[in-house]
Amino acid sequence: MNTDLKKIIKKVPLKKRLDADEGLALFRKADLLTLGELANGVRKRLHPKRLVTFIVDRNINYTNICVNKCRFCAFYREADSPEAYLLPKDVIFRKIEETIAQGGTQILMQGGVHPDLGIDYFEDLFSSIKARFTIQIHSLSPAEITFIAKKAELSIEGTLRRLKASGLDSIPGGGAEILVDRVRKKVSPNKIRWRQWADVMTEARKLGMPASATMMFGSLETDREIIEHLIRLRTVQDATHGFTAFIPWTYQPGNTELGGRSATAVEYLKVLALSRIMLDNFKNIQASWVTQGAKIAQVALEFGANDFGSTMIEENVVAAAGVTFRMTRQEIVNLIQDAGYVPAQRDTVYNILKRESKLQS
Amino acid sequence: MSLEKIKEKVFSNKRLTRKDGLALFRSNDLLALGRMASHVARKKNGNHVYFVRNMHINPTNICVNRCKFCAFSRSKGEPGAYEMSIEDILDKARGAEKGVREFHIVSGLHPDLPFEWYLDMLRALKRESPNIHLKAFTAVEIDYLSKLSGLGLTDTLIRLKEAGLGSLPGGGAEIFNTAVRNTLCAEKISGDRWLEVIEAVHRAGLKSNATMLYGHIETAEHRVDHLIKLRALQDRTGGFQAFIPLAFQPHNTEIEKSTYTTGFDDLKTLAISRLMLDNFDHIKAYWVMLGEKVAQVSLSFGVDDLDGTVVEERIAKAAGGTTDGSMTKDDIVHLIKQAGRAPVERDTVYNIVKVWK
Repeated sequence: MNTDLKKIIKKVPLKKRLDADEGLALFRKADLLTLGELANGVRKRLHPKRLVTFIVDRNINYTNICVNKCRFCAFYREADSPEAYLLPKDVIFRKIEETIAQGGTQILMQGGVHPDLGIDYFEDLFSSIKARFTIQIHSLSPAEITFIAKKAELSIEGTLRRLKASGLDSIPGGGAEILVDRVRKKVSPNKIRWRQWADVMTEARKLGMPASATMMFGSLETDREIIEHLIRLRTVQDATHGFTAFIPWTYQPGNTELGGRSATAVEYLKVLALSRIMLDNFKNIQASWVTQGAKIAQVALEFGANDFGSTMIEENVVAAAGVTFRMTRQEIVNLIQDAGYVPAQRDTVYNILKRESKLQS
Repeated sequence: MSLEKIKEKVFSNKRLTRKDGLALFRSNDLLALGRMASHVARKKNGNHVYFVRNMHINPTNICVNRCKFCAFSRSKGEPGAYEMSIEDILDKARGAEKGVREFHIVSGLHPDLPFEWYLDMLRALKRESPNIHLKAFTAVEIDYLSKLSGLGLTDTLIRLKEAGLGSLPGGGAEIFNTAVRNTLCAEKISGDRWLEVIEAVHRAGLKSNATMLYGHIETAEHRVDHLIKLRALQDRTGGFQAFIPLAFQPHNTEIEKSTYTTGFDDLKTLAISRLMLDNFDHIKAYWVMLGEKVAQVSLSFGVDDLDGTVVEERIAKAAGGTTDGSMTKDDIVHLIKQAGRAPVERDTVYNIVKVWK
């Protein structure tokens, strides 16, 4: 091991922040176990009680019609496609009822970016949900919010204010992909650029709305661009402290225009660990069983993750790419316990709702 | 309990005891297990990760044993039962891609075929593909064939070897513990008999692998005892090439358990196998049962072999194996490279065919 790498490795347990070059050197030169050990150390420091959380929620994809047509996406349809849909309100309500019946506390509504849906549609939708149900509306990624603002000729702030007043509680971090425009121009040329993504999150924070942050890697980005993504998130977080969690996942090439291979499990665990090491101002890192499956998601608990994500009663986007892992709440609880942790159901902002304290034999 | 003492032993090449093995299974410190197992694997095989280009041939699923964990076997006349003629087997063999170096041939214990049929099959395959290694028959089949032949173990093995048998896979070991075995597969040969047969195999100059079926009703004690019995035999014969822990596949079997093994358990079992079996050169992750992802990650947990391209695997698939049963050479090479290791194509007996990068 060269001395540079040794120096970088020594900084991590001392809580010294790594810069981009250090992050890159660590990512490229350290082996999987070294990254795991460093990330596990950070996780233990931030979560000393061996608690691993999860949320009970449902993804509701209200439409698959999308003006962005990202090349990595297998989910969207043209408006005139026979498979295009827009869910009627009563269907959305029924899905919410089922979610609550299963102990769910959150719905994650994301669409495509439907060209005809304006702010009135969402205000009506959110307020009618809130009139009927007690549930966290964790919905609309920055790409959707930016489109709604533009269509309504409103500022981002004005748009968020109105959506919030109608019932929107928090913003999911989807659509971040890689927060570097060189990559975005290639994989999602019609989608908002990185600055707009960050602006929505910054404005949301000013209004007291929490948000999560994500990264989809394994498409066309370089290692350095992964690091750039993390540093940009860290910088926004320094200014806002609005992100509840970071969730990296891998590009799923099935049925997409972009095609290619998906990142392997070792690459996933390395990026996850690197994220835990670099994002010193993020409290929570989520494992992605939806893209990695139950086995690797469990192993991810030793590589920096302290959250198992969601039970995801419904998931459509990754499934469209041909990857369909399913998990029940009980399976999630069992896996967390099997790894020697205490499972706990949480809400959107990581308050603990219910601890499953009894360890299985 | 702290792993410090065990770590010291591992790093100073001392053999681990049964108690050490149990302590390792009790630990949830996955990364520490990986660190120790990687150390041993590196010492034995450096940066190399081996694979072989092979094809599985399962001549019949008709079996006089009906093991409860098996979703593959059928009784004669039962729907889904099949048997291949020697001509069928040759047809299949002719379909092997160029570059395939091994046929992995295991079957049910067919009630009617005579011993001569097995010799004919081997001879026919050798005539058809003289350069392809025949790795065939588990210890369970060898025991059965020795009864069919009436020749005793040694002479049965000599006849098979003369007909073209190159080496043996490691199947049928399951778990050696008698009580577990009586529950899982009461009709199958005992653990002691398995070891006796394999000892005869090694004495006859044939190499074999060894396996352990885990993740069903066995305990950590049963696993550790299993490993120690294999280690003791290896001390005597040196005939084992690789150890392959096999993750129980829960579907379509008679065992009351509906879950797959966890990623933690898979990696722990592989790592602990690497640590306990200090006299085995290779630990193999059988990706057909583990999934490609766990198999790749296991390269940091003591594994140095990813088995093969495994064209047309049927046994794990029958039990809900989650992979589609084959990977191309490029897929395997990619997995190994992305894990930062050097892919090495080998033949069945670990001669190097090609080293990448």
